[in-house]
Amino acid sequence: MDVQTLTFLIVGLSFALYIGIAVWARAGSTKEFYVAGGGVPPLANGMATAADWMSAASFISMAGIISFAGYDGGVYLMGWTGGYVLLALCLAPYLRKFGKFTVPDFIGDRYYSQTARTVAVICAIFICFTYIAGQMRGVGVVFSRFLEVEIETGVYIGMVIVFFYAVLGGMKGITYTQVAQYCILVFAYLVPAVFLSLMMTGHVLPQTGFGATLADGSGMHLLDKLDGLSTELGFAQYTEGSKSMIDVFAITGALMVGTAGLPHVIVRFFTVPKVKDTRISAAWTLIFIAIVYTTAPALASFARVNMVDTINGKEGSGTAYAEAPSWIKNWEKTGLITFNDKNGDGKMFYSAGKISDPASKNEVKIDRDIIVLATPEIADLPAWVIALVAAGGIAAALSTTAGLLLVISTSVSHDLLKRTLKPDISDKQELRAARLAAVVAITISAYFGINPPGFVASVVAFAFGLAASSFFPAIIMGIFSKTMNKEGAIAGMISGILFTIGYIVYFKFISPDLNSAENWLFGISPEGIGLIGMLVNFVVAVAVQKVTKEIPKDVIDMVESIRSPKGSGEAHAH
Amino acid sequence: MAFKNNEQAKAYWSENLSLMFKLLAIWFLVSFGFGILLVDVLNEIRFFGFKLGFWFSQQGAIYTFVALIIVYAMKMNALDKKYGVDE
Repeated sequence: MDVQTLTFLIVGLSFALYIGIAVWARAGSTKEFYVAGGGVPPLANGMATAADWMSAASFISMAGIISFAGYDGGVYLMGWTGGYVLLALCLAPYLRKFGKFTVPDFIGDRYYSQTARTVAVICAIFICFTYIAGQMRGVGVVFSRFLEVEIETGVYIGMVIVFFYAVLGGMKGITYTQVAQYCILVFAYLVPAVFLSLMMTGHVLPQTGFGATLADGSGMHLLDKLDGLSTELGFAQYTEGSKSMIDVFAITGALMVGTAGLPHVIVRFFTVPKVKDTRISAAWTLIFIAIVYTTAPALASFARVNMVDTINGKEGSGTAYAEAPSWIKNWEKTGLITFNDKNGDGKMFYSAGKISDPASKNEVKIDRDIIVLATPEIADLPAWVIALVAAGGIAAALSTTAGLLLVISTSVSHDLLKRTLKPDISDKQELRAARLAAVVAITISAYFGINPPGFVASVVAFAFGLAASSFFPAIIMGIFSKTMNKEGAIAGMISGILFTIGYIVYFKFISPDLNSAENWLFGISPEGIGLIGMLVNFVVAVAVQKVTKEIPKDVIDMVESIRSPKGSGEAHAH
Repeated sequence: MAFKNNEQAKAYWSENLSLMFKLLAIWFLVSFGFGILLVDVLNEIRFFGFKLGFWFSQQGAIYTFVALIIVYAMKMNALDKKYGVDE
């Protein structure tokens, strides 16, 4: 069977599985729709959360970014997993004890304010849409390359599938589908990495393989070879990177606190029965995430060496384009690889610099998003591995999209409609509103998928910056301070958001030509500014709280109660 | 309140906080410390073929994080039992 038929078969089977689960797990009440009835076992919830967490960015882009950035790419590894630690230690158990459905719910109740709730709803919806736009691009890339359908068709297919299990099944359907998706994506990620590790270093475990010596008999360490290659071709040393220390520090920090504030991940902790299960489930989740996250940097360095060797040839003088392996031509069709034979010798050569710049020797432009997807082809792995990776990439994108859609629909039907506009609607009506909101959200995301905004990469900085500068401080103070009042929290959130958005908009949209280290505040890039935004939020909140009214007694009691794990019960409406 | 008295609640909370801060100190040390601030010093050391600072940034920090969360889950669940607030 050829690659394409196999891919259709494997992707088709995975879709059939998702729909089957959706039909089995239909939601009957808002509680099942929002939090799966609060009855998911910790292990299953751990897997589902891991799949929710690991987006198309984790599966498709992360190893690619590390592959190109080396040490600098470590900010994503430490940032995303480290943020998870913050979430598990400082937020999740308390929010579970609080026991309502959403993050805006917590903020609205803890700060006894509709304004705070509304600010939180807007942030949550914005963060989710930003994220979804990225997922849709991932789905589009996979479909257009492996199934050779138009990106539009690919997005429609993906949307119909998500529609089925998110709209019918709600959180219950999503959770059990995500368990299946985790299994597919982790298998799809590990198989090529293990193959490559065995081929290049003789180690079964990629985690140890990328520190080992090469199996080609040279006795050279893989990473030393990579450092050598990088310097030779004009890049920064792979293991050192090129970003300044303060910027690496700030980006890692912003990603950590931003991750801890992501609403679609926080909501996952409402689905387990007890506070104790929240902690256990969090541990399982990070174990499942770590399997992929420790493999990613290994895959990145294998892919880098492989790719440079294939394009530049073993002697490093370039490979004739006429004899180029088929993956180069396949990806050229999608526009993600561009070859520009500047010196007209008919050979490809890859090095630092732009292919449009005559001063640079570089003739090949490679989009970093293809690294994971192209690696099985570059390494000449069997066709079923290629098909599996395609299914894995789609699983990663769909699982995260579904989780995000749920947050959007909950925010609209529960936080806006039920808690703010029409408190007297029945459970049935609220459920219908939730489904309707999910349908609208799917339609909007489909639009983004077909017409991806050119600035997707820049708005991702927004999502993390916003989560870092708004949700994280507000939730932390809500739990750990008995004095923080609504005036302080709202002032903090608004100033944190304004500062962060202002900085990002200025450097990304108003004056992109000034976007370089010498103009940045303390040398911190827009990607890392969320860390400062978070500090602004804390400082303003505390200052305003000092000069305004004390918080009501019943709110202090509520804080007392979320600090005690007993009596969490099931997540309840009100 | 599920605690027997206010002292119990305070003692539970302060043990909870002290565990959390200890774990967060390690969290900071392996990521921001070993992986970023001290990376140049640690890179002089070789660890199973890796430069140590680079290894912490791309592998070591994650392993430590997993250990931290497991320790947290076990210790907190034990703490709940000790104060009779487990379920």
